[in-house]
Amino acid sequence: LYYQVLNFAMIVSSALMIWKGLIVVTGSESPIVVVLSGSMEPAFHRGDLLFLTNFHDDPIRAGEIIVFKVEGRDIPIVHRVIKIHEKENGNIKFLTKGDNNEVDDRGLYKEGQNWLEKKDVVGRARGFLPYVGMVTIIMNDYPKFKYALLAVMGAYVLLKRES
Amino acid sequence: LRKNVEDFTGPRERSDLGFVTFDITADILNGKNGLRTIFDWNVKQLFLYLSAEYSTKNNALNQVVLWDKIMLRGDNPRLFLKDMKSKYFFFDDGNGLKGNRNVTLTLSWNVVPNAGILPLVTGSGHVSVPFPDTYETTKSY
Repeated sequence: LYYQVLNFAMIVSSALMIWKGLIVVTGSESPIVVVLSGSMEPAFHRGDLLFLTNFHDDPIRAGEIIVFKVEGRDIPIVHRVIKIHEKENGNIKFLTKGDNNEVDDRGLYKEGQNWLEKKDVVGRARGFLPYVGMVTIIMNDYPKFKYALLAVMGAYVLLKRES
Repeated sequence: LRKNVEDFTGPRERSDLGFVTFDITADILNGKNGLRTIFDWNVKQLFLYLSAEYSTKNNALNQVVLWDKIMLRGDNPRLFLKDMKSKYFFFDDGNGLKGNRNVTLTLSWNVVPNAGILPLVTGSGHVSVPFPDTYETTKSY
């Protein structure tokens, strides 16, 4: 049993190391995000997975797809940059809009906020995989599913060595 | 890839608002393979956008998307549009459009694959739009 627990702990810590390593390598606090809404259809649908980078020197340019968080809210939003105004010293303010939305995102920003800044950006979308993120959405909407999944995984690890 | 434009500007209390009409003639090709179409096995759609880029006293770099279009797999990758009006309001952050001779319009597109990397490609060819020194007062837009 001691061996099984150690084995399990190894798996968990390896997963954690890979995740933290990804955070460092991409420069983004959340290098993999799941698309939560249909505001970027038909390019991205709910449940798609996006891979982000957030290099400090990467300039933000019109047309890029970025993931940002509104100050005070935890939900990452995936939209396209449609306007930028950048000063000589690198200070930049920009506006975003979902491809599938009629209007720009000013309605989503904080009260009185008209532009986003670099600090609001979680990352730039560099690649994507369709459907794969659905698992996260299901686990969020149906927490019982999440517990069941964890129970099954735990049981599998413990019973694996029986034979 | 060619565009022709005419323009007028209208005043707002604090920032310049530009009006641009344009034609777009374009062939979207996969650069590596010359004449082969951009819609290969892993391309789901293209997101095309026309952006205006310019500098002003207030801001060293400004980019504003004036128009965009989603081109799905199966659509013809040739564009032949005439007399298009910009889809979005062309506001400057300040009064930098008045008399600005160096506003460049470029057509770019985002290739959305079925799965994989999301590249942004800029078309070759661009057009400069000089804005006049005076504001138009007639609201004919």
